[in-house]
Amino acid sequence: MLDQLYREIILDHYAHPRNRGRVDGAEIAVEGANPSCGDEISLYARVRDGRLEEVRFEGHGCSISQASASMMTEAVRGKTLAEARQLAEEFKAMMHGKPPDEDRLGDLVALQGVRRFPVRIKCATLAWVALQQGLREYEAGRPARVVASSEDEL
Amino acid sequence: MPIPSDVRQDFPLLQRSVDGKPLVYLDSAATSQKPRVVLEALQRYYEEYNANVHRGLYRIAERATLAYEEARAKVAAFIGAAAEEVVFTRGTTEAINLVAYAYGDAFVRPGDEIVVTEMEHHSNLVPWQLLAQRRGARLRVVRVRPEDGTLDLEGLDQVLTDRTRLVAVAHQSNVVGTINPVREIAQRAHAVGAVVLVDGAQSVPHMPVRVGELGCDFLAFSGHKMCGPTGIGVLWGRRGLLEAMPPFHGGGEMIERVELERSTYKDPPHRFEAGTPNIADAIALGVAVEYLQSLGMEAVREHEKALVRYALAQLAEVRGVRVYGPTDLEARGGAVAFTLEGVHPHDVAQVLDSEGVCVRAGHHCAQPLHRALGLAATARASVYLYNTPEDIDALVRGLERVRAFFGLSR
Repeated sequence: MLDQLYREIILDHYAHPRNRGRVDGAEIAVEGANPSCGDEISLYARVRDGRLEEVRFEGHGCSISQASASMMTEAVRGKTLAEARQLAEEFKAMMHGKPPDEDRLGDLVALQGVRRFPVRIKCATLAWVALQQGLREYEAGRPARVVASSEDEL
Repeated sequence: MPIPSDVRQDFPLLQRSVDGKPLVYLDSAATSQKPRVVLEALQRYYEEYNANVHRGLYRIAERATLAYEEARAKVAAFIGAAAEEVVFTRGTTEAINLVAYAYGDAFVRPGDEIVVTEMEHHSNLVPWQLLAQRRGARLRVVRVRPEDGTLDLEGLDQVLTDRTRLVAVAHQSNVVGTINPVREIAQRAHAVGAVVLVDGAQSVPHMPVRVGELGCDFLAFSGHKMCGPTGIGVLWGRRGLLEAMPPFHGGGEMIERVELERSTYKDPPHRFEAGTPNIADAIALGVAVEYLQSLGMEAVREHEKALVRYALAQLAEVRGVRVYGPTDLEARGGAVAFTLEGVHPHDVAQVLDSEGVCVRAGHHCAQPLHRALGLAATARASVYLYNTPEDIDALVRGLERVRAFFGLSR
């Protein structure tokens, strides 16, 4: 049961997070936080020619929230904004029970084991909710720094 | 007399196992398990004399009324109070809200001050924030000393003034276990003319509590943390204060004479019990109180003290574990908050669960306290009369498993 939640690739991303840090002058900057468990993720992305050129995160929290953020930064780098938005939708749909398209989600499918632990789902979706919020604000031309939380999402 | 070694036999849930492993329940600060006598009292009420109280002229209604009022008397005796001063509520939260609305709206004026502490459970903080907003009053805060999780009582003198209308303080912290000197706090608050509400949710279940010795004006606590059912709790208030307070909820049971334009109200405690009360759970709480009295609250306190002594010693042996709160056993109760370096408390609790060990992780409804301690979250093990040293051993074994699982060296 526990191995379903803490797949090796998740623990690896937790122990060795990818793309950790800030992006100076990022067009997208989001503070994601779930106050009820204390998970926090600051997400930064540089947008060039309609693509997410560089995506980084900082934060602290449980293994699932931090590993998910690390995996997300790898998954969306180089994607167009529309592709990133689509991927976020697919990821969240997987976390809420829809069988994933493994070709499209790749390593991210490792996180579907979290579904069996309902209180942890919001940990896995925090980085993605933050990304969605950042994309929305960017496309609406609003200032870069915004806040997001996955706690109220069902 | 110590707690009998076979006390666990009284609790059906503690006989269960998880994935073939015995259930190790270390979350009684959240809710306690229930002894069989309490479960049977619930069943008996519904099967033998389920009827509304205070109205029916038939025999089962009389029996229900008698049992409900007897439960009030039992609870009152348990805390050294008179039955007329005991109001049944849904729990601690509703009891505190009752005071914040009925007393607060009537007696707190613009410019008045309400003193709270940084240690409080959100249920003894948010109602006062709301009251302050409604009445244009101001909150003043007694800080927590981060080094040992105790209140900075020197700071109390700075916040207590002739504008202080009410002081709200926990008897015992639900996170770090600190037992606050409420008697001293009450004396200092009374000296400036303030009334004192004590949140007894974590103390009344675990130690002898007499309202006369506490010296407070209101005491709130919950049935489900003291071997009783959920959905029933208590507000004790000084008679004079309760009598001066207007109703909280309006409806049946709390009125004397009702006209179309206005009504007159019953005396306390019934003034504050509008609608059909939680009859079954109140009766079962009375049984829970008798159960605790049969063990003796001194014995419960000593049992927990011994367990906490053992837990603090054993946890100190686990590499990377840090325990928060007082180390003096006289100054703390059975809630033990800790962190394991390198592993988030939610991950700690998740792996412990796979070993059948139930602890809680998060901010435990005390975000300001965690902020004061410089933490986002903690894991918390909390003990009660039915826990054993073997439960602590299982916790320690589980923590070693957590370390191994997350690749921390021994």
